[in-house]
Amino acid sequence: MAHFDPNAKPFSHQWMNDRLAIDTLKRVLSTEYWIPKNINFLWAMGMVLAATFGVLLISGIFLLMYYIPDTKLAFDSVNHTIMGEVGYGWLWRHMHAVAASVVFLIIYIHMFTGIYYGSYKRGRELIWLSGMLLFVTFSAEAFSGYMLPWGQMSYWAGMVITNLFSLGSLDLQGLVEWIRGDYVPGQAFLGRFFMLHVVLLPLIIMALIVLHFGTLRIPHVNNQDGEEIDFEAEAEKWKAGKRKEAKVIPFNPVFMSKDVFVLGIYFIIYFYLVFYHFEFAMDPVNFDPADPLKTPPHIYPEWYFLWSYEILRPFSKNAGLIAFGFAQVIFFFLPFLDRSPNVAPASRRGLFKFWFWALLIDMIVLTIMGKVPPIGIYTTIGTIAAWTFILLWVALPFITKLEKPIRGQK
Amino acid sequence: MKKMKELKILAVVVFFTLVTYWGVEPYAHSVMHKHVEFKNFKYEDLKPISAKGDAAKGQALAAACAGCHSIKAAKMPAPMDPVTAAATYGVNPPDLSLAGAVLDEKYLAHFLKDPVHTAMVAHKFKNRAYPMPPMATDDQSAADLVAYFKSIAPKEVTPKEAYEFACGRCHEMRYAKWTQIGEEPKTKPNIQTHMNEGKLKFDEKLAKYKDHLVKYLGKLPPDLSIIVRARSEDYLKTFVEDPQAQLPGTAMPRVGVSKEGYEKVFKYLEEVGDPSKPKREAVGPWVIGYFIIFSFLAWLWYKSQWKGLK
Repeated sequence: MAHFDPNAKPFSHQWMNDRLAIDTLKRVLSTEYWIPKNINFLWAMGMVLAATFGVLLISGIFLLMYYIPDTKLAFDSVNHTIMGEVGYGWLWRHMHAVAASVVFLIIYIHMFTGIYYGSYKRGRELIWLSGMLLFVTFSAEAFSGYMLPWGQMSYWAGMVITNLFSLGSLDLQGLVEWIRGDYVPGQAFLGRFFMLHVVLLPLIIMALIVLHFGTLRIPHVNNQDGEEIDFEAEAEKWKAGKRKEAKVIPFNPVFMSKDVFVLGIYFIIYFYLVFYHFEFAMDPVNFDPADPLKTPPHIYPEWYFLWSYEILRPFSKNAGLIAFGFAQVIFFFLPFLDRSPNVAPASRRGLFKFWFWALLIDMIVLTIMGKVPPIGIYTTIGTIAAWTFILLWVALPFITKLEKPIRGQK
Repeated sequence: MKKMKELKILAVVVFFTLVTYWGVEPYAHSVMHKHVEFKNFKYEDLKPISAKGDAAKGQALAAACAGCHSIKAAKMPAPMDPVTAAATYGVNPPDLSLAGAVLDEKYLAHFLKDPVHTAMVAHKFKNRAYPMPPMATDDQSAADLVAYFKSIAPKEVTPKEAYEFACGRCHEMRYAKWTQIGEEPKTKPNIQTHMNEGKLKFDEKLAKYKDHLVKYLGKLPPDLSIIVRARSEDYLKTFVEDPQAQLPGTAMPRVGVSKEGYEKVFKYLEEVGDPSKPKREAVGPWVIGYFIIFSFLAWLWYKSQWKGLK
């Protein structure tokens, strides 16, 4: 039976502590949540992502006040009402659009940081898996949001992507129509993607963010050398005042102070993009209203989907779909395909070092080839890059198996 | 040493980000869109007209124009309402008051002599007559008419007037309440019946006008409300200068605007299509300034917290 001090004044420290254990919460979640000292600014990307998600949520709530999910009104509600008639509507829209694009850049940086430093192994598998679930949900969130202005690219990207569910030669037109709620994208389609974008997917994302944080708590954050730290022993050193000797720092305020500084720099760049360079996040084609009678000359997804789109494109229908499916799920298997016990930066891991840079460069090549029209040399480069992507993943278990254990690591 | 390492990592991140950006934006767009040289509205395919125009002689010649066109500046009314005119010609002929102010002089002279080729629409009029007949038989009469149009043109043309004259009879602009037959009337629905009779009557006329326009051009020209967001600045000017170069076969004529005339039209497209531009430029520095100060204070906090840790 809990003890409640009858003399404690309502909402006083003691009163709150009896009811909510605020001291314990503060200790567990912030002042005694230990972070390794040996980290660089890439470790702040999680906080940058959380802040960007916050920006998306808040700007999204403001946009939701004037957006109308009706195929006849959606385009003008965005491009006229929000952009021209509502005070600062343009600001919320540009913030939302730019954040939606930039959030993927940060996600990719965050992912490649994890891959580089091996932060998906030795107890950290669930961090990686929950992060990948977040990546997939963010992708669905981005795609559904892209449908809402009901411009040419919304309509035709919606058409192309939902067509994928016919699964090539299986020709499941029924499934495609079930997803669309109609033979072609129309009101039923817009209504359900609106629901997904503003209710269901944000709820799932928020739940997954909690899970992602939760998976971090026991294995702790990795560090620049992949060193296995005895967090309890190091925490004792810190608490004993040995700030220099301890290999750890508390999340709050020491780690936070650096995070907040990185956030500040990030927001300078972000708002520069919002005010002066937003075009990259708002494709011109989508400023033409949806026209079912006129296919745009080039249909391409936003930049963050281009690499997987390019894995689909060079192959025949069925092979392309299989390759596309492979690209969508393969990152989930990373912790199990990497057979080396080493947790270390890629630079110290033999062949894995080359694998890492090859993967990064290959995905950038795929991204660029995904945007240019599939003609001539671009088709060749795209095909080679798509095969390279597949072969890199096939090779991963073998090259990591060959890797020699690094001295000092189990 | 430590600091250098972080900067090196930052440089790597920035490098790969910029390469990706370059590839999917400037590079990909340069591959996707064909490059059309901008010629500064010089219309170099048209020979210079050396004849000196006489406005008084031009005025006499212009009487023939008034058979189809209104010239409000000379108090000549339109012979028909826009819908009847479109039924007759395909499109409502423009009022000529602004012709001397918005159109290029050389273009206008050639247009008066040989409208269909100067406007580059011969491909659309192989089996039917272009509604505008040649009005000048030689360089001299063309120059006289041009001199006359310049003499009646107002000194100052607003961006909106330039748009209405050069684009507005084919392209609507619903965000500015502009239709091909003029501004939408400000009629109110009947409070008892909720029916807006004035609007219905206007819409009926507009529907008929658009029907004629579609027959004339083959399709309804796009609404230009946010064309400045849908097409690049470079595309718009090269397209207006020479539509066939960007979009072979298009029904869009070479309108023949002068450089200044185009700047006016573009200004109006921008005012309507990107109304937040002045506000963006006003608010931007404050927000960015705020985060610069924020980052500086955060840096001081970071330095104080990490003092003596390493």
